[in-house]
Amino acid sequence: MTAIGDSPLARRLRDAATRFTTPLLPDDYLTLVNPLWSARELRGRIVSVTPEAEDTATLVVEPGWGWSFTHAAGQYIGIGVQIDGRFVWRSYSLTTPPSRDGRRLVVTVRAMPEGFASRHLVHGVAPGTIVRLAPPAGEFVLPDPLPDKVLMLTAGSGITPIMAMLRTLDRRGGSGSLHDVTVVHCAPDAERALFADELDLLARRHPDWRIVSHHTATAGRLALRPAPHEGNPRPGRATGSSPRTSLDDLVPDWRERETWACGPAAMLDDAEKLWADAGLTDALHLERFAASFSADAASSQGGTITFARSGRTVEADGATTVLDAGERAGIPMPFGCRMGICHTCVAPLRSGAVRDLRDGTEARVAPTDQATRTVQTCVSAASGDCVIDL
Amino acid sequence: MAISDITEFAHLTDADVEALGEEFDQIRRDVEASRGASDEEYIRSIIRTQRRIEIAGRVALFGSPIPPLWMAGAALLGVAKILENMEIGHNVMHGQWDWMNDPEIHSATWEWDNVCPADQWKHSHNYLHHTYTNVIGKDKDVGYEILRVTSDQKWHPVNLGQPVFNTLLMLLFQHGVAIHDLDIEGLLRRDVQDPEEFRAKLEQVGRKMRRQMGKDYLLFPLLTGPFFLTTLTANMTANLIRNVWSYAIIFCGHFPDGAEVFTEEQLENETQGEWYLRQLLGSANFTGGRLMHVMSGSLGYQIEHHLFPDLPSNRYPEIAERVKAICEKYDLPYNIGPFPKQFWKSIRTIWRLALPNRKAAAEQAAHESEGLRRENASTTPSAAREARAAAAAAA
Repeated sequence: MTAIGDSPLARRLRDAATRFTTPLLPDDYLTLVNPLWSARELRGRIVSVTPEAEDTATLVVEPGWGWSFTHAAGQYIGIGVQIDGRFVWRSYSLTTPPSRDGRRLVVTVRAMPEGFASRHLVHGVAPGTIVRLAPPAGEFVLPDPLPDKVLMLTAGSGITPIMAMLRTLDRRGGSGSLHDVTVVHCAPDAERALFADELDLLARRHPDWRIVSHHTATAGRLALRPAPHEGNPRPGRATGSSPRTSLDDLVPDWRERETWACGPAAMLDDAEKLWADAGLTDALHLERFAASFSADAASSQGGTITFARSGRTVEADGATTVLDAGERAGIPMPFGCRMGICHTCVAPLRSGAVRDLRDGTEARVAPTDQATRTVQTCVSAASGDCVIDL
Repeated sequence: MAISDITEFAHLTDADVEALGEEFDQIRRDVEASRGASDEEYIRSIIRTQRRIEIAGRVALFGSPIPPLWMAGAALLGVAKILENMEIGHNVMHGQWDWMNDPEIHSATWEWDNVCPADQWKHSHNYLHHTYTNVIGKDKDVGYEILRVTSDQKWHPVNLGQPVFNTLLMLLFQHGVAIHDLDIEGLLRRDVQDPEEFRAKLEQVGRKMRRQMGKDYLLFPLLTGPFFLTTLTANMTANLIRNVWSYAIIFCGHFPDGAEVFTEEQLENETQGEWYLRQLLGSANFTGGRLMHVMSGSLGYQIEHHLFPDLPSNRYPEIAERVKAICEKYDLPYNIGPFPKQFWKSIRTIWRLALPNRKAAAEQAAHESEGLRRENASTTPSAAREARAAAAAAA
């Protein structure tokens, strides 16, 4: 987990050094010299903040020890930034193609009107700031081997994971790469379209790629609802008096394409329904930036959660996370990404059981056990009665 | 002061107690709402400073045969351990900095530079001591199961050895803390309540001791090569400095005259306001400059610490102003004195209570009530009269 790698020798050195620094880690002293020399929590230094289209900025981050540059294009990372002394976590798609050279991470962040953290990252973070990082995660990636025909459907800052994919495809080029690519990118207008210049460039470099910019200020929102007359789609004719461009207009063969979509929740909901109605659910891949709880696992049995230190008790059903339950009971719960990646929310499980809602695995501690286990409260629900040491 | 008649409560109506509870709640809300970047910078700078001092101490001991370097090394290391245990470890483990959402400075993950395992400390201290503060039979900090610190504890011939036990506890304080969560009372009676748990905890203590003593008494001395012995003695001195200092500070928290003890019956149906009162009446502050307070883990603000154990320690000075104002408003004692005076009162009590005789007990009772007398007795004639009457009755 350090810069000197993971070899057995490195591990032995590290263990030996820890004998001297106990109860701390060598990292805790090394950060006095360089704040990036610690793998206790993953860290990064903001190298630059470059304004992009309105209210958006591209952040370049130099990761510290322990970071492995092995992400897949389309994955996101967690960034924890301190605001008023407190770490606040958000997830952002990496736009850098996976590579070991450069050793930089690039994310593009849009300042959301109500988004405290994103606003801070776009407007308030000075180069040199140390942030915390959570390792790459997410299933929103291109498969290997690649499908024959691909549609990438994005809106707003939803373009970011797609950019990582396009850059990867661009870099690969030549044989084995993908030729039949269609990108539909929605933005209010040309000025507010992220990566407009780079998309133009890619279009010129790859004549066989089709890159469509859809400007909603002039053409209205792209219609992703199933056509009003089943079995008889009439392109360009939406319901009501204002005809809206539909996906059929822009990409008549979308049904034949494996699709990756990222954008506002409403757009993704519509897409999900459209593909489902076409019986093509498996061909649609979405990025929602939320923990995806599996259907089986999301039905834990629930139970009474006791928060030992505050002495408070709360009933929670099997779909409510320990974090949500605790917050509802007014307990100052630590939290970070709320999607199981950053481990800020971990708390000791004193006794009882909780179930990880992502994969259904159960963590159990018998009341007689002296040992406790730490669990991620943001993705765990009570599985019977349990005691959390918070 | 005998526990049966707590005169400090006498002049307060139930409505008063509820109202002052609200006022204390308001202090908490205000501080919680205003926690921010300057607080975060405070704890980070203390941690940075502490680690630098520790490194300086370890480095100095590479010249440990040279007396000035030996002294500097031992002193720096002693100071580093004091800072780590008191202003950092103790307060972090209380959850004072959990709000920062930083797993590296969090009560769930902090392990301190002390032979006591953090888990056990959090149980015996955060839970037992801070919940059942000064309740005889519940709070093991009332005499640490080996000392008689209030006339309300029954005398036993073994108490005659108190001055000796007390000195040993001072010198070996970290080891006393390490076994604090174990059922020592049960062990002495040869009737440990939960042998399984006892063994598990003892093993945990053993592991922590091996690591702690391994680094201070073996590895770092070895690292200085031919200077093994001088480094070893310096490290032992550093641990001794920390032991004696933390012992002295901690004994000023609840044992000076005037700090009240309670019975389990008094816990029944205790309201939030009464809880605050118990914390207030059971704790004692001492005066000092900023450096003194940082070096004592802010326990010179023991009263504030007990009212709000999980609010950041750097805010105690401002909280103290508001607590004092509340005490004046409701005519409550606020036990504070210079550190040497508070320490002397604690030691005097321990020596005196080694003896069983009635005279000692009476003198002690008079002293215990003395600390409770308000500065301006004329404002509370009834309470002062009762205190004097109780002292006379005890005599």
